[in-house]
Amino acid sequence: MAEARDDIPSTRGPDRAGERSSGRPRRAGWFSKIAPGVRKLVKPKASDTPENLWVKCPDTGEMIYRPDLEAALWVTPAGRHMRIGPDLRFRYTFDRGAFEAIDMPRVFDDPLQFTDGKPYVERLASARKTTGEHDAVQAGFGRISDVPAVIMVQDFAFMGGSLGMAAGEGFVAAAKAAVERDAPMVAFVAAGGARMQEGALSLMQMARTTLAIQDLKIAKLPYVVVLTDPTTGGVTASYAMLGDVHLAEPGALIGFAGPRVIEQTIRETLPAGFQRSEYLVEKGMVDRVTPRQELPLVLGSILKTLMMGRARSQAA
Amino acid sequence: MSVQTRHYLEFERPIAELEAKIEELSKLSETAGGNGLDTELDALRARAEEMRRDAYATLDPWQKTQVARHPERPHFLSYVGALIEEFVELRGDRKFADDQAIVGGLGRFRGTPVVVMGHEKGQDTTTRLKHNFGSARPEGYRKAVRLMDMAEQFNLPVLSFIDTAGAYPGIGAEERGQAEAIARSTERCLTLGAPMIATVVGEGGSGGAIAIAAANRVLILEHAIYSVISPEGAASILWRDGSRARDAAAAMKITAEDLIRLKIVDRIVPEPLGGAHADPAAAIAAVGDILEAELKPLLALTPDELRRQRADRFYAIGRSFG
Repeated sequence: MAEARDDIPSTRGPDRAGERSSGRPRRAGWFSKIAPGVRKLVKPKASDTPENLWVKCPDTGEMIYRPDLEAALWVTPAGRHMRIGPDLRFRYTFDRGAFEAIDMPRVFDDPLQFTDGKPYVERLASARKTTGEHDAVQAGFGRISDVPAVIMVQDFAFMGGSLGMAAGEGFVAAAKAAVERDAPMVAFVAAGGARMQEGALSLMQMARTTLAIQDLKIAKLPYVVVLTDPTTGGVTASYAMLGDVHLAEPGALIGFAGPRVIEQTIRETLPAGFQRSEYLVEKGMVDRVTPRQELPLVLGSILKTLMMGRARSQAA
Repeated sequence: MSVQTRHYLEFERPIAELEAKIEELSKLSETAGGNGLDTELDALRARAEEMRRDAYATLDPWQKTQVARHPERPHFLSYVGALIEEFVELRGDRKFADDQAIVGGLGRFRGTPVVVMGHEKGQDTTTRLKHNFGSARPEGYRKAVRLMDMAEQFNLPVLSFIDTAGAYPGIGAEERGQAEAIARSTERCLTLGAPMIATVVGEGGSGGAIAIAAANRVLILEHAIYSVISPEGAASILWRDGSRARDAAAAMKITAEDLIRLKIVDRIVPEPLGGAHADPAAAIAAVGDILEAELKPLLALTPDELRRQRADRFYAIGRSFG
């Protein structure tokens, strides 16, 4: 189910280096400090300046001035919502970018002693090095348009955002934090699917995260999912499709089976727009396509209304 | 089943050759009218049995995958036929269609009224097509939800049987919300206030399997497999070479023994010598006996206790390795 490979850099790859500068002054020479994997991923084309001040638009090929792209929340003039990770999500979504990080539980690394030529422990180590994070899920608590909320973010840059034990426990911890704080939970999801290197233990995360959502339901706390590019496999088939409300960023690939698998199965070319956010709205699986810039306000409005209803029922 | 039509797996080839010889010899012995070959035939039969025992005692994960997919292995409807009295099939998801990749209905299991459901792969070309080779579309999972709702309403335990390569990857399935259907079915298992036991009888493939396997107890047949993705799928994604399925099968720890160690399954149902397909009646009876034993303590629990037990069971997975 996990179709996306962690080691295939996305053509519209996020520039994680940009995020690392969040909240602190940009250091000179930061680019040379990141690991070769990421450097390759964001490798400046010959046409780029050495300072990497320009980013090539994956759709039009146009060169975009990096500070402009950052100011546009990594949405290109053509409307492409480039992939971003937890740091930027928190900064863009929480009021004034302020939040309290929620500790992500540590799990057993490599329970199966898995290797597919390259040992899983090495893949983990290199993902940790390039992202600076321990695994694919991060969570924080802050305010969204003044509503206190927990945000969970799945980082596609970390082994394709894949759902393994760490991400599963991270989701469970985020939901628990929401219940403890009596706050709603917002999940920004992005993943190729399950983490195959953890075998059936990763499959079990589909059930474990679903249980965590039940705890939110019992506490009558809203659970809102924001589907981002790409969300497929076991992640879509569990917590990504169990929200009270589903929002999606424009143009995101969202599905159960990946397009390649479907094409191989049915031996047909897929229609244009298939499995994109707009298609899911049309098919009734997503409530609304929401551009990145509007997300804090839209999320705030939804959470405000739901929490007001909840407060009324509790007062009654 | 006669020797000639029997389906042999690749690793069984030496046994197949020997058994062909035995067959030839026994024909020869019959036409000769004498009993002169009997002793020799008995010795050869004993040798074949020994070879089969040895082969099945040391199956590697890829060989187990072959056994789990054996076309003559008992399927869901074989279990229903032998274990469920007065089975009445209930069809359709009440929303769009009936998906025969998941079959379900009402009946009684050794006297206890139950809801029973499972993936059915079919056993010949016609039935395989009818059941879409056990790969369900959203309607299959929505039917499962409907059956679990009924189980809850009428206080019926749910027995589910897992045997699928995975949920079907097609345009229509995506269009109608395959992911949502699987997620809701898993969720319904976990919120169920009735006892539920899932038995992996063949292939437990990915999300399409767990959607009806998030149960109080999860059993697995000795040679069945349960995995996050098929060995072929993992090989083509991770090794970028579909022919490395044997390596992927070993690396992903998909066998019953591995899964017991990882606490993903609770109990292994032993199979007859030569696998469940060698003696389907005995295999099914063994499943029945263990199901009966496992169901009994669950019947004493309240709905809240059942939900709690299920939640504790799944939350515990991966938190410690004994």
